[in-house]
Amino acid sequence: MKKNKNFYLLWEVVPLLIFFGLWEVTSRINLFPEKIFFPPFSQVVREFWYLSISGVLGPNLLSSLIRVLIGFFLGSFSGLLIGIIMGWNEKIDKALSPVISLLYPIPALGWLPLLMLWFGIGEILPILIIFICSFFPILYNTLTGIKNVNKNYIYAAKILGSSDIRIIYTIVLPLALPYIFTGLKLEAGMAWRVILAAEMVAIPTGIGALMMKAESLLRIDIIIVCLIILGVVCLSFEKIFILLENKFTAKWR
Amino acid sequence: MASIRLENVSKYVCKKVNLEVRDRELIVLLGPNGAGKTTLLNIIAGLVDYEGSVFFDQKRIDQFSPQQRRVGYLFQEINLFPHLKVVDNIIYSLRAQHRPVNEIKKRMDELISMMKLENLLYHYPKELSGGEKQRVALARALANHPQILLLDEPMNNLDYQTSKHLRIEFKMMQKKLGITTIYVTHNFYEAQEMADRMVIINQGKIEQIGSYEEIFFHPQGAVNKFIGSPNVLECNEYRDLGLGVGEVKCGDISLLVFGEGKRISKILILPEDIYLTNFQPPGPDINRIKGRLKKIEELSSSMICCTVTTRELSLKARLSREVFNSMRLKLDDEVWLILAPRKLKFY
Repeated sequence: MKKNKNFYLLWEVVPLLIFFGLWEVTSRINLFPEKIFFPPFSQVVREFWYLSISGVLGPNLLSSLIRVLIGFFLGSFSGLLIGIIMGWNEKIDKALSPVISLLYPIPALGWLPLLMLWFGIGEILPILIIFICSFFPILYNTLTGIKNVNKNYIYAAKILGSSDIRIIYTIVLPLALPYIFTGLKLEAGMAWRVILAAEMVAIPTGIGALMMKAESLLRIDIIIVCLIILGVVCLSFEKIFILLENKFTAKWR
Repeated sequence: MASIRLENVSKYVCKKVNLEVRDRELIVLLGPNGAGKTTLLNIIAGLVDYEGSVFFDQKRIDQFSPQQRRVGYLFQEINLFPHLKVVDNIIYSLRAQHRPVNEIKKRMDELISMMKLENLLYHYPKELSGGEKQRVALARALANHPQILLLDEPMNNLDYQTSKHLRIEFKMMQKKLGITTIYVTHNFYEAQEMADRMVIINQGKIEQIGSYEEIFFHPQGAVNKFIGSPNVLECNEYRDLGLGVGEVKCGDISLLVFGEGKRISKILILPEDIYLTNFQPPGPDINRIKGRLKKIEELSSSMICCTVTTRELSLKARLSREVFNSMRLKLDDEVWLILAPRKLKFY
């Protein structure tokens, strides 16, 4: 068993090491003419260290993180709530569906110019963008999840004397969880992609803004540091939801 | 407990159905697929809107929601909540009604020992076998002391041994609890074994109500075809041989039956329970009849019905086309029929 675990670890780590090694070597042997456009891996690591201790990276990452967390939480929560209401009540579903079908396909970033004019450039703007980006997909996934719950479970619960509210939180929501988690997993990564774009275009702080500043100073090493950090953060967010999903649904599915 | 009365109830295929189930009675609703059996159960449970009236103990309950009807319902698909452990499934109704914790605990212990679920409490439904699921579902349905129990083909997905065992257990439990029960099935043997009375339903219409003897020996209308057009033999003579075995004479043949000293006037056997061969079967000459093949009918692409006559009697036997072809039978051939004593029903 232990041997097996080491074996898989090896298979995950070795390709990464090879990748970083090749990167370092190609840059050092001047395979590309202008070294400034392709800094070696070691320089990126050094820059990462420098940005961390000089207090540039931390605050920028934190402000992006806070925006994502607030927007994502509010968006998911509202999406979940309205999804439940629409999933449970056919009349409300029928009434809201046309509006939502119209708004859902608009890319979250498409709202940016409008929201800039309405709310100005400030902390509320990125949070609103993330809210929009999370709200619709979670709503749709919750709605689909609830509609896919086998009606017979609801009948069974009714006959067992359960009230409608109790049926929702003891039967319908738990059974819709796999769908809801699919939405959360997708949106956890998507929220980061959207905040990055928003910060690059319209907001002066955050990891996206840091990248734009680095671009204007031709600091490719900083850009690469930001990209790697973004990759790690997106992956971690998705992993958190995979872990939560397993915890809540793996035992009975 | 309670009696049930349906008055001119209509929904989907069911048209103006009237039915009365007595208090503590176990009634079996027997009919082909699509006959409206499940619809009737859903009407009684209040799961669908319907026309007409339903009474529990002479009290009209049409305005009652499923939650208020206090019915135990065992669904055909079982429908245990997949995300809840066995124990949480069982006490779901008690929690939903906000019963005190010590009462829940006491009821749970009763159900666990009644349904023999001691080792399964902390399993999820997906980890249970078909029979175990059925037991858990029954415990769940009984938890809240329902006044009426509805069972929709509960043995459908079980192997023969398990279902036989469960049926016996269930019948004993029903008599002990005295709970009024409607049991839906399309299987005659199951119906015969379980029923106080049988209700034959076809295309949403009740064709006949009665004991299994009444249904089998005096089938009305379409019931005869539905129960498989059994052979009915009039008995002229009965002789008790002791030890629960009797000999009856029907026309020119004599048969041994496990009759336990009862007077027998009619014998009934289904065509599929008669074995037909084209050679004299080895072994003791009991319940074997020699006759001539007089008619060959195709029932379906795979089943053949053969009519065999003796000097005074005519019997129908059903066999698969494969077996029939392998014997290369022609009209007027001499054949033997074997009537297994245990398959004979008598009246």
